[in-house]
Amino acid sequence: MFKRSEQDKRPPVQIFVDGVAVAARQGDTVSAALLASGRDVRRSTAVSGAPRLPYCMMGVCFDCLVTIDGVGNRQGCLVPVAEGMQIEIQKGKREIGK
Amino acid sequence: MSKAFSSEVDAGSREENASKRKSDYDVAVVGGGLLGSAIAWGLGRLGKTVAVLDEGDITKRASRANFALVWVQSKGLGMPAYTVWTVRASGAWGRLAAELKQQTGLDVSLQQNGGFHLTLGEDEFGQRTELVKRMHNQVGAADYKMEMMPASEVKKALPLIGPEVSGGSYCPLDGHVNSLRTFRAFHTGFKAFGIDYFPERPVSAITKSGGEFRLATPKGELRAAKVVLAAGNANQTLAPMVGLYAPMGPTRGQIVVTERTVPFLPHPLTTIRQTDEGTVMIGDSKEDELDDRALKHSISAVMADRAQRTFPHLARLNVVRSWAGIRVMPRDGFPIYDQSETHPGAFVACCHSGVTLASNHAFEIARMVAQGALEPELVGAFSASRFGGAGAANNGGY
Repeated sequence: MFKRSEQDKRPPVQIFVDGVAVAARQGDTVSAALLASGRDVRRSTAVSGAPRLPYCMMGVCFDCLVTIDGVGNRQGCLVPVAEGMQIEIQKGKREIGK
Repeated sequence: MSKAFSSEVDAGSREENASKRKSDYDVAVVGGGLLGSAIAWGLGRLGKTVAVLDEGDITKRASRANFALVWVQSKGLGMPAYTVWTVRASGAWGRLAAELKQQTGLDVSLQQNGGFHLTLGEDEFGQRTELVKRMHNQVGAADYKMEMMPASEVKKALPLIGPEVSGGSYCPLDGHVNSLRTFRAFHTGFKAFGIDYFPERPVSAITKSGGEFRLATPKGELRAAKVVLAAGNANQTLAPMVGLYAPMGPTRGQIVVTERTVPFLPHPLTTIRQTDEGTVMIGDSKEDELDDRALKHSISAVMADRAQRTFPHLARLNVVRSWAGIRVMPRDGFPIYDQSETHPGAFVACCHSGVTLASNHAFEIARMVAQGALEPELVGAFSASRFGGAGAANNGGY
């Protein structure tokens, strides 16, 4: 759905999405990297389980909630990627201990 | 909508009204919160014509400050009749939830599988043990089946408790409900029963003439054969207009709400519960004041601290909302139900536990109002005559 611009020369950053290595770029937010990954990164909502993708990309809509390095319900659109970051697509409510 | 208010009716409906009956309504319920709504719904259920006169959105609403417990344990020390009334309410809640579901399609998520009051440290455990003993020894009280449990026993039901939890009391009659959905269900039920709900109608005066009550509001006058005062703290002002007495005390409470998390709390606690949708509510602060405009963070901090000492994993959750609300509190903490001696047909109803007692209000109090007499064996102990003084002259004719 999304394609990287060929003029984008930023250095690569490797993150892991549900354990699979994904190439992001320095300066990406987690949400941007997920959308650009070409993977199915839809989370499901806490109550009805409806599928959601990042939407507003500016911290308002909370549709980008994701588990980052073991912490649930983080807003992926506000967190820059870092080398080796572990992302889990969150299915449903935040889990105990996450 | 209604044809009731003199300033709003058209000629056709006035005629229709006049030919139907003398008063606009069988009963006017003053107050559209949980208490007034339960009684109004119960009256509609019995086929009565009912108007609910409510204030507007900015009024102080105890119905939005409740903690949504359907709670039995530790209530009624000092008034055994209240234990009997509370157990009756707890027992009837299932029927209320079922009737609301059937009528409105709304599931109020009633859960009554027992509740805990957990203690931190040995002192609290000792104090709670004493309280359970005193409750147990009260003559004429209903059996709450409350028991003290050591932490090892509590852990079997609530495995995530922290090391500071010393134990607690358990009562199998306790439960909780989605109180906002209950409120919505009552109001949805109003439409099905043909009950007229009027917001923005604070009642400024009530008079009785020609065998009916006339209620003055900023949008005109409404007439009804009977009137039920269910206006929370405003009952204190309204009651004397019809020879009743409703002494209230101020109580303010704060609630802290976290983001949704997977279900971890299969039983409600006095101060922590998890809703059917996963939210964790932390509550039960009490202050003697009536200003609900600002939160006191020092109080929220104590509530949050106790919650995370009770369940350490809560420390990781984000708080998404917190608020302060005014709650209704009769002067001695127990409900007030009375009928006026000087103005028969005028009733007053006040209580702190509008959620727990909703079933009694919908079924019992509504039936008594419809019949025109409060039943002494069920609610005689709750007359305001117990306060003596001004109340003694208005004891509702028990």
